[in-house]
Amino acid sequence: MALEHADVLRAAHLARLGLDESEAAHYLDDLGRILEMVDQLQGLDTEGVAPLAHPLDATQRLRADEVTETDQRDTFQRCAPAVENGLYLVPRVVE
Amino acid sequence: MHDKTLTELAAGLAAGEFSSRELTQSLLARIERLDGSLNSFITVTGEQALAAADAADAARARGEAGPLTGLPLALKDIFCTRGVKTSCGSRMLDTFTAPYDASVVERLAAAGAVSLGKTNMDEFAMGSSNENSFYGPVKNPWDLAAVPGGSSGGSAAAVAAGLVPAAMGTDTGGSIRQPAAFCGITGLKPTYGRVSRYGMIAYASSLDQAGPMARSAADCAQLLGAIAGHDLRDSTSVARGVPDYSEGLDAPLSGLKIGLPREYFGDGLSPEVEGAVREAIRVYESLGATVREVSLPHTHYAIPAYYVIAPAEASSNLSRFDGVRFGHRCEAPADLIDLYKRSRAEGFGEEVKRRILIGTHTLSEGFFDAYYKQAQKVRRLIRQDFLDAFEEVDVLMGPASPTPAFDLGANKDPVSMYLQDIYTIAVNLAGIPGISVPAGFAGGRPVGLQILGTHFAEAQLLNVAHQFQQATDWHLRRPALAEETA
Repeated sequence: MALEHADVLRAAHLARLGLDESEAAHYLDDLGRILEMVDQLQGLDTEGVAPLAHPLDATQRLRADEVTETDQRDTFQRCAPAVENGLYLVPRVVE
Repeated sequence: MHDKTLTELAAGLAAGEFSSRELTQSLLARIERLDGSLNSFITVTGEQALAAADAADAARARGEAGPLTGLPLALKDIFCTRGVKTSCGSRMLDTFTAPYDASVVERLAAAGAVSLGKTNMDEFAMGSSNENSFYGPVKNPWDLAAVPGGSSGGSAAAVAAGLVPAAMGTDTGGSIRQPAAFCGITGLKPTYGRVSRYGMIAYASSLDQAGPMARSAADCAQLLGAIAGHDLRDSTSVARGVPDYSEGLDAPLSGLKIGLPREYFGDGLSPEVEGAVREAIRVYESLGATVREVSLPHTHYAIPAYYVIAPAEASSNLSRFDGVRFGHRCEAPADLIDLYKRSRAEGFGEEVKRRILIGTHTLSEGFFDAYYKQAQKVRRLIRQDFLDAFEEVDVLMGPASPTPAFDLGANKDPVSMYLQDIYTIAVNLAGIPGISVPAGFAGGRPVGLQILGTHFAEAQLLNVAHQFQQATDWHLRRPALAEETA
């Protein structure tokens, strides 16, 4: 499945990764070769094989519905770039 | 003191030959003297180390010392450490101080181990050469022109150079075993779920696993016992008892059935590496093991499947780095989208961006079934190959890497770099454990023998590796560092 310049820009937008036209051109070549390598998978017959998401076929363990975490907001916000009154600051989203 | 194993150092501490403070001071001085040319550490935590060493000495004086009390080690900079910079080798986290400890860190500290600092690595663990670090490449102590391997390259180089007797690494596609092989040390990737991933910065969550890197299998056994076990904070960690991994190390190997996957001895394997590995297998035969050829027929599909699954998981995991809650934030963003896009463009390096783009593309509408779902089906076939092989033999053996350490800058093309991991990557897809042990040299650079076992067979792998190390001395060889011989 050949990769187009627009596919790179689309993936970059979906990933919220800033990429200008010339950078996209640079990645197009690399990503194209990676996908070409990955395309070998298409040649394998996997009819009737169930997808494997987890190597151990594990199931989730359940626990009692009890509060186990204490409030550590101040500690966790100490590593944020911009906070005020316990809130994360970002550019205005709604006018 | 710098070339002793953990086991030897533990005996020295117990006999009162030296204190943990003296040992720690001596290694900190060695790091100061030698790491300028190796670049194996991102952060050295001397003050915290000395405080922990004093606490360990005090515990010993009270008669409360355990097997790891007072022993120094280093942590790959992927493990969150409370109050210490945790960069994951990325500009994105250059200013990040972790607010909590990873489970691995917590358990090692509880066992009395003394961390000397955080080791260099490929950014977000994406790489096989340690050339993708924001903090610059790490040099291989055996040859400064060579890479140490990756992504746990700093941990491997630090142990090989005698800066620490052991270090923690992580392995998503070979990142413990390949650098261990390149640097001539012993590195164990445990079964997926054996060690908690809590506080280990995620790359590909269904593949990532932490493990020890040290000078001997016996040391790895000691460390694995300390870090393994169930953890409620990681839902994929397995609730299963932790055996005493040191207990069975001395069991004889007579009757051990070794399988040699024919796909691991094919095209692309360096003849010198193959020679060293075959010689190692002859040692096992002399110890009473029997050897037969087996097949892992889907080996050829492991790298393609990995480069769908790992980038897909990475693109999701790395979406948390948004310039809002932690990590790098761009200057003067115009709006929220600009904040996300520029913070991420500035914070991530080239290989990380490449994998985010691949993962986002393969997961996007119209491509998901052809790529991700197909890769997951192939993953089941790859796991089945191993399960079938372990019906016939006890362990599999082969090279850890097709070549010895390559030169810095030698693999410019991403795909040729990816192909370096041909013998290690399927192991993560299957979730089984693997260990690399020193097995000789090729062109003056170390060769690693990789030994694989079925799920939760760590005790057996350590026994098999330890017996080799009783019969050979490859693991005792040390590089001659220029600063020492000058």
